[in-house]
Order: sequence, then C-alpha cells, then structure tokens
Amino acid sequence: MSVTLTRNERQFANFISIIIFAFGVFLAAAGGNDPLSVHGFIIIAVGIAGFFFTADALYKPEPTEERLSYYYDEPIKAGVVLSMAWAVFAMFMGVWVASQLAWPNLAFEGAWSSFGRLRPVHTTGVIFGFGGNALIATSFHVVQRTSRARLPDQLSPWFVLVGYNLFCILAVTGYFIGITQSKEYAEPEWYADILLVIVWVTYFVLYLRTIARRKEPHIYVANWYYMAFILVVAILHVVNNIAIPVSLGHAKSYTAWAGVQDAMVQWWYGHNAVAFFLTAGFLGMLYYYLPVRAQRPIFSYRLSILSFWGITFFYMWAGSHHLHYTALPHWVQTLGMTFSVMLLVPSWASAGNALMTLNGAWGRVRDDATLRFIMIAAVFYGLSTFEGSFMAIRPVNALSHYTDWTVGHVHGGALGWVAMITFGAFYTLVPSLWRRERMYSAALVEVHFWLALAGTLVYVFAMWNSGIIQGLMWRTYTEEGSLAYSFLDSLVAMYPYYIARAFGGLLFLLGTIVGAYNIWMTIKAAPLAVPRKSDVPYSDAVAVPGE
Amino acid sequence: MGIEERDPVSGRKTTGHEWNGIKELDTPVPRGVLIFLIVTHVFAVICWFLLPAWPLGSTFTKGILETDQREIVEEKLVRAAAERASWMERIESATLKEIQADEQLMSIVNSTGHQLFGDNCAACHGVDGKGRANYPDLTDEDWLWGGSLDAIANTMRVGINTDHPEAQFAIMPSFGRDGILDRDQVRSAAAYVYSLSNPDYSTADNIDRIATGRNVYLSSCASCHGEDARGSQRVGAPNLTDQYWIYGGDLQTIVTSVHGGRQGHMPTWDERLTEAEIKILTLYVNSLQVEDP
Ligand code: HEC
Ligand code: HEC
Ligand code: HEM
Repeated sequence: MSVTLTRNERQFANFISIIIFAFGVFLAAAGGNDPLSVHGFIIIAVGIAGFFFTADALYKPEPTEERLSYYYDEPIKAGVVLSMAWAVFAMFMGVWVASQLAWPNLAFEGAWSSFGRLRPVHTTGVIFGFGGNALIATSFHVVQRTSRARLPDQLSPWFVLVGYNLFCILAVTGYFIGITQSKEYAEPEWYADILLVIVWVTYFVLYLRTIARRKEPHIYVANWYYMAFILVVAILHVVNNIAIPVSLGHAKSYTAWAGVQDAMVQWWYGHNAVAFFLTAGFLGMLYYYLPVRAQRPIFSYRLSILSFWGITFFYMWAGSHHLHYTALPHWVQTLGMTFSVMLLVPSWASAGNALMTLNGAWGRVRDDATLRFIMIAAVFYGLSTFEGSFMAIRPVNALSHYTDWTVGHVHGGALGWVAMITFGAFYTLVPSLWRRERMYSAALVEVHFWLALAGTLVYVFAMWNSGIIQGLMWRTYTEEGSLAYSFLDSLVAMYPYYIARAFGGLLFLLGTIVGAYNIWMTIKAAPLAVPRKSDVPYSDAVAVPGE
Repeated sequence: MGIEERDPVSGRKTTGHEWNGIKELDTPVPRGVLIFLIVTHVFAVICWFLLPAWPLGSTFTKGILETDQREIVEEKLVRAAAERASWMERIESATLKEIQADEQLMSIVNSTGHQLFGDNCAACHGVDGKGRANYPDLTDEDWLWGGSLDAIANTMRVGINTDHPEAQFAIMPSFGRDGILDRDQVRSAAAYVYSLSNPDYSTADNIDRIATGRNVYLSSCASCHGEDARGSQRVGAPNLTDQYWIYGGDLQTIVTSVHGGRQGHMPTWDERLTEAEIKILTLYVNSLQVEDP
C-alpha cells in the first residue's frame, strides 16, 4: 500500500502515526489502572506499526504519473478483505451468543464470555465491522466509477479505512473487558467516539472532493445514497454521543441526555442507524451493482427520486416507534407510528424499482447466483420494511415489542437484505478489482447462496414463531383474570426455537466462510492481461493530479 | 452520453444519462405507487385527528378521541382488579384452612399459583419446586422451618437471613475457615455426618475416624442439629440423616459446608407480594407437597 503513496503523503502518514502513538501514550499513562490504559496500548501498537510501515517506504521510488489515469483501487481491496474477515469473526460470535441462549453453560462462567458482553461484540462486528467496511470499500469503488474520477489523493482513503477499523477494534475489545456506555449500537466510549468523528469527517470530505472532480454532468443515484449515509451518520453519531468523561483518565463517561430524552435521542439515533447505515448505504450498493450485474437500465429514474427523498425525510421522524408504551409522551409515539407507515411506500418503491429493473434479465437471475443474491436482497428489503411499518403501529407493537419478533425482523433485514446485497456486490466487485476473469468457483457462489438463503429462512421463521408465541403467552389470562403463564413458561416454550435459530445462524456462517474462501482463492488466481474497459477511466479524461 | 435511447425490453426511453454503462429509464411513477402513497398519508392524517399528535409549544393536539396512554392503563388496571374482585376478596378474608376446604377457591389457587410461583420462586426453587444445588426442595417432607401452612407463610413473609425485622436466621458457622475446628476435626465431623445417611461407609477403615467425628459432632454441632442429627426447626438447621440435601450429601460437599459454613438467602416477600398472593403461594407450595410426596 505505502508505495502507492507519494513522498509527501508518506511523510504526512508518518507524522499522523506519531500523533496516534502520542495519543495512545497519553491514554495509557492517564488511564493508570483503568481499562482505558489497555486501549492506550492498542493505540500505541497501531501508531508504531503505522510509523515503521510508512518510514520503511519513505525513500522508495515514488509512483509514476501514469497512476492518475487509473482508479485508485488499493484501499478498496483492503476494505473487501477486512469486511470478510469481520464477517467470519462476528457471525461466529453470533452463532455463539445464539447457542448461549439455548445452552447458557456455553458462557463457561467467564466474565468476558458472558452473554451481555458477547452480544455487542456480535452486533458491532457485523454492523460496523462487516457492514461498515463493505460500505466504505464499495463507496470508493462506486464513486470513482460513476464519477469517472480517481480519488483525489492516496492518503485519505487509507486514513479512513485504518482509522475506522481501529475504532471497531477499540469497540470490540472494550466490550470484552467491560467498557461500554450501554447505548445500543453506540456502545464505544468517548475517546473512540472522538476518533470516529475525525475519521468520518475525513470520509465525507474525501467523498465530496471526488464528486467535485467528476467528469459526468450528473450525480448518479448511488452517490446520493452514499452521501446521505455518510452525512447523516456523522450527525447521529455526534448528537447521540455527547457525553462527559469522568476524567481524562477514565474510560467511563456520562451522557449529556437524561431520562426519557436520553431514550428518545438514543432511538432517534438507533432507528436512523438502521435507516442511513443499514439502508441508505446499502441502497447505494444496490443501485450500482444491480444494473451492472443485470446489464439492465434502472427501471425508473423518477421512482428513484421519490424513494430517495421519501426515505431520507420520513425515517428521521420514525425513531419513537422503538419506545411505544413507555414514558415517552403519547403524541410522540403517534408521530413515530404515522411516519413509519408513510415510510412504507418510498421503501417499497426502492425494492420495486430494483425488482422491475430485473425485467428482461430474469434468465440471468436463474443462472447467476450473484445476481440472485442481489434479487433476494431486494425481496428481503421489501419484506422487512413492510414488517417494520406494520410493527410500528402501536397495537401491533404491543404484541411484538420485547419479543423475538423484533429479532426476526432485524435479521430479515440484516441477513436477508444487508448481508445478501453485500455478497452480491462483492462477487461482482472482486473479479473486477483484482482483474480476474471471474470468481474462482461459480459452484461455491451457488453453495454460498443456498446456505445463506436457508440460514436466513430458518432463522427468521424460528424467531417469528418464537416471538409470536412469547407475545401471546405474556398476554393470555385465565378465566379468573390471572396471567396464564409465568415468564419462565415462555422461556421453556422458546427453547426449541432457540436451537433452530442457532442452527440457521450456523448455516449462514458456513456460507460466509465458503464465500471468504472463494474470494481468497480468486485473489490468489492469475490476473487478466488487459483491464476491463469499465475499470479504466476514458482516456480523454485523465484524472487531474491530486494534491 | 446525453443521447436518449429506447430500451427494447420495456419500450421506454432512457433519461440520456450514463454512468460507466449504467442507464436509467424515464418510466413514470406507477399509478399504484401514487395511490398507495395517498392511502398511507390519509391513514396518518386520520390518526393525527383522532390521537394526540402534534406539539404546540408547551402542549400538544389532544385528538378527537382524547385518549392518553396513562389513563388507558389506569382504566385497564381498575377493570382487571374488578374482574378478580369476586374471588380475591374471598381469599383475603378467609383463613388458609378455610380456603383449603373450598374446592372452587383451590382451583383458582392452583392456576394463579402456577404463574406466581413461576415468576417469583422458580428461578431459585425450580419450575416444579424441586429445588437444585443450594436451593431446597419444597416438595419433600423435610422442612427447615416447618411445613405447616402457617410456617410456610411465615417463611415467605420474613425470609431467611434477610434484614426483615422478624427474619429467621439460619447460620451454619464456618468451622474450618474461622479456626473453630482444625482440619482433621472438620474431616472427621464430616465423615460422621456422611456415615449417618450412608451406613455402608462405616467400614473397618473408617470406623475410627467416624468415632472421632461423633465426638466432635456432639460437642460442636448437636446444639443446632440435635443429638440425633435430625435437625431443628427452631434454628433452621437441616436434618443430616436423610437423603434430602440443600448443598449436597457427598463427602466433599459436606466438608465444604462444615469448613466454610452456609447462610442460604431466601428473600422476604412481605412488601413485594400482597397478603392474598402470599396466601395463594402458601397453599400452592403446600399442594406441591401433597401431589408429589
Ligand atoms: C433468591 C432465591 C430464592 C427465591 C427467589 C425464593 N427462595 Fe425460597 N428459599 C431460598 C433459599 C436459599 C432457601 C433456603 C434457605 C436456607 O438454606 O436456610 C429457601 C427456603 C424456602 C422455604 C423454606 C423451606 C423449608 O424447608 O423450610 C420456603 C417455604 C420457600 N423458600 C418458599 C419460597 C417461595 C414460595 C418463593 C417465591 C415467592 C421463594 N421461596 C423464592 C431461596 C429463594
Ligand atoms: C449455630 C447452629 C449450627 C451449628 C453449631 C452447626 N450447624 Fe450445620 N447448619 C446450620 C444451619 C442453620 C444450616 C442450614 C444453612 C443453610 O441452609 O444455609 C446448616 C447446614 C449444615 C449442613 C448442610 C446441609 C445440606 O443440606 O447441605 C451440614 C453438612 C452441616 N450443617 C453440618 C454441620 C456440622 C458437621 C456441624 C458441626 C461441626 C454443624 N453443622 C454445626 C446450623 C448449625
Ligand atoms: C420501513 C422500514 C422499517 C421500519 C418502519 C422498521 C420498524 C421497526 C420496528 C417497529 C422495530 C421494533 C422496535 C421495538 O419494538 O423495539 C424495529 C426494530 C429493528 N429494526 Fe426495523 N424497521 C424498518 C426497516 C429495517 C431494516 C431494513 C433493517 C435492517 C437491518 C432494520 C433493522 C432493525 C433493527 C436492528 C431493530 C432492532 C432494534 C433493537 O435493538 O431493539 N429495520 N424496526
């Protein structure tokens, strides 16, 4: 990687490594006996590694000007590999926590391996590790291709990627040793949050600079979605994480929000994390890799506009459906409910736009597992948004809330939509990035597809059943007006479904491992002599040299 | 670029833009989508009229129905209490013996007791009340503090080793750790106790140790567990001669009990459950006993 940087960039990278090192030293020293110092040492290690890595390259020859007539794909490759590594790790953790729910002894009486700590390791690992790296990698790919412009410099993409993964590592290692600010999907503490702000602002600026250099008169839909994702995640992250650390030497901090306002801010964040991280970003992915793979034009530009503005506008208001029947004032709940229902049409419009785009390519869907991944992703996207809008209606939520139904909904979205679209995108992206003719094995893509689909269906059906049974048991009364079941009775009833869910998760994990292997073997195969036309910017548009 | 083409499959024109080979059709938004959009918006507007919805400075629109979730919950609680009042009042006023004699009330006790026991007691005593390591079996005839209805009700009310003003204290001293007995004495006493429920253990090899243990027992343990080791419900000391154990009846666990002592904690339910609920649970626990001797 470092040889693709110019000398100035190498020096600057060297300098940044020293700052990171110094930051680590500060945390380690100030932390003392606080777990904070563990994170100080991790940051020190990253600083040292970065320093030697860039110092080593300082006096190697600089890249030639010829690079500017190609896209800058090195960080994308790293992002894909990181994403798959996180996927295998975090989905394994998922299977582990799922098994703990069926067989609690699998926590082995360790504090670090208890359910409460492993669960955020799983969620952070899949959402931010797997999903986040996939979004960063594909966004770099898509923005260059659809703007016909090279990334403006070589350093910022690496800074974004490395900084982001450092954030993920701080998050995950923190949970193991008990560091969390106990806000769901926003567990990392203040210093990790500050790091992410810096990384994210760099990311946004990098994206805007690339768009500004574009050779196309119009900005393609995928880029609208990626930009919405980056911008809104920045706002959400900052607002939800405003907190005051106990001291600069403590990992612990206290949030600036209190009581029901804290809950509302958290779920405004939580829901829009679903909306802009797990939806908008991946819709950006869909809008690029679907038409490329299907070789069909997007069904309707106007529908794209309608759904983009619908989604960005309505989602913002819907967060309170996570707090139905709580201390949150009734009127806020009504608003959350109605905006969630209005959100359905723009959401379905996106799913419909995707499926209609496949008209004329259904033969290919049948033969090509990669395109089938994308198609199934769109179907699950439609399914989980319908389900979400339905569950957001208060009386329905009265049944579904706190039950496994929510978990079923989440995984319809997470496995069926987010993961499937990512795999579809990767199988399209990997051969093109590494200039291979095709994936190492089409049969393994097929195997992965069926494992993933079977895993998702087993998982989601188990949780629907379990959730509805749970919800009904909790509200069944005897003739005399007493509750018919105790909570324990409902746990006993869930036991078979928990086993089924762990099995479904295992299938999905196996599929992911097959996918990782296939991608790895593709990377190891011999490259094509001549790059694809779509991977080289038109020669009349040699990119402007970066700064 | 910039040239509109006609897509042969759909017959639609493209918008004329192209990004690395990607094109878009200018298909108008399908009518179904628009209708559906209107339907969801109408639904929302109706909700806004009927329910509390929009903020207005320090207040908010109350909605035509004038509902409020707090009032709804309160009404529901009142209604639920009214539904249960017919039998609840009878349970409140009757004595335990009277309820026990009333078949209809007992069937209510059993169905209600099942849920109350599941939600409050089963985490420690097991769904079936049979206990598990460290938590006593409530279905056997072996009682620490007495198995009469009144004794069970009292144990529930004040708990064991709690800070309730009338709490019952079950303190098994830590003989080994506190240095009251030396290592050998602890092992001997344990061996003696073990032999009480395991006659096979009294072999020629062990007979001396058991005899020493018996002496230790008589001087250090009998005050609580009784000379015959059949326990005492006055101080909650368990019977050591039977097959029912709280912590375990194998030699090693007995050594651990004697060395480190035991102070099991049974919470008080005085303020957490109503008088009627305690009655229901008392009868329910008692019925576990009858059904499953
Ligand atoms: C936190 C765990 C815990 C819970 C919950 C609990 N118990 Fe107990 N209970 C105990 C322990 C421990 C003992 C034995 C104390 C000892 O060893 O001295 C005990 C003892 C008892 C006894 C006395 C047994 C005897 O032999 O005299 C009764 C009766 C009893 N529990 C009933 C209940 C009922 C009814 C409930 C539910 C309302 C309940 N317990 C909830 C832990 C618990
Ligand atoms: C001060 C009274 C007292 C004395 C003295 C005492 N015990 Fe205990 N013992 C108890 C009580 C009370 C318990 C029940 C503790 C509990 O349930 O948590 C108990 C429990 C036990 C148990 C565990 C029973 C089970 O079911 O697992 C053993 C074994 C035991 N005692 C043996 C002894 C021996 C041996 C001695 C003498 C060295 C002794 N005890 C002296 C009060 C006493
Ligand atoms: C129209 C779109 C959607 C709506 C209206 C919606 C609505 C809801 C509702 C009502 C809940 C349950 C809240 C509760 O009772 O606690 C929920 C939970 C959740 N949804 Fe969605 N959803 C939508 C789409 C999605 C998608 C596409 C994903 C992608 C993965 C997703 C991920 C989640 C997650 C992770 C949770 C769990 C939150 C928690 O931890 O409690 N949702 N959603």
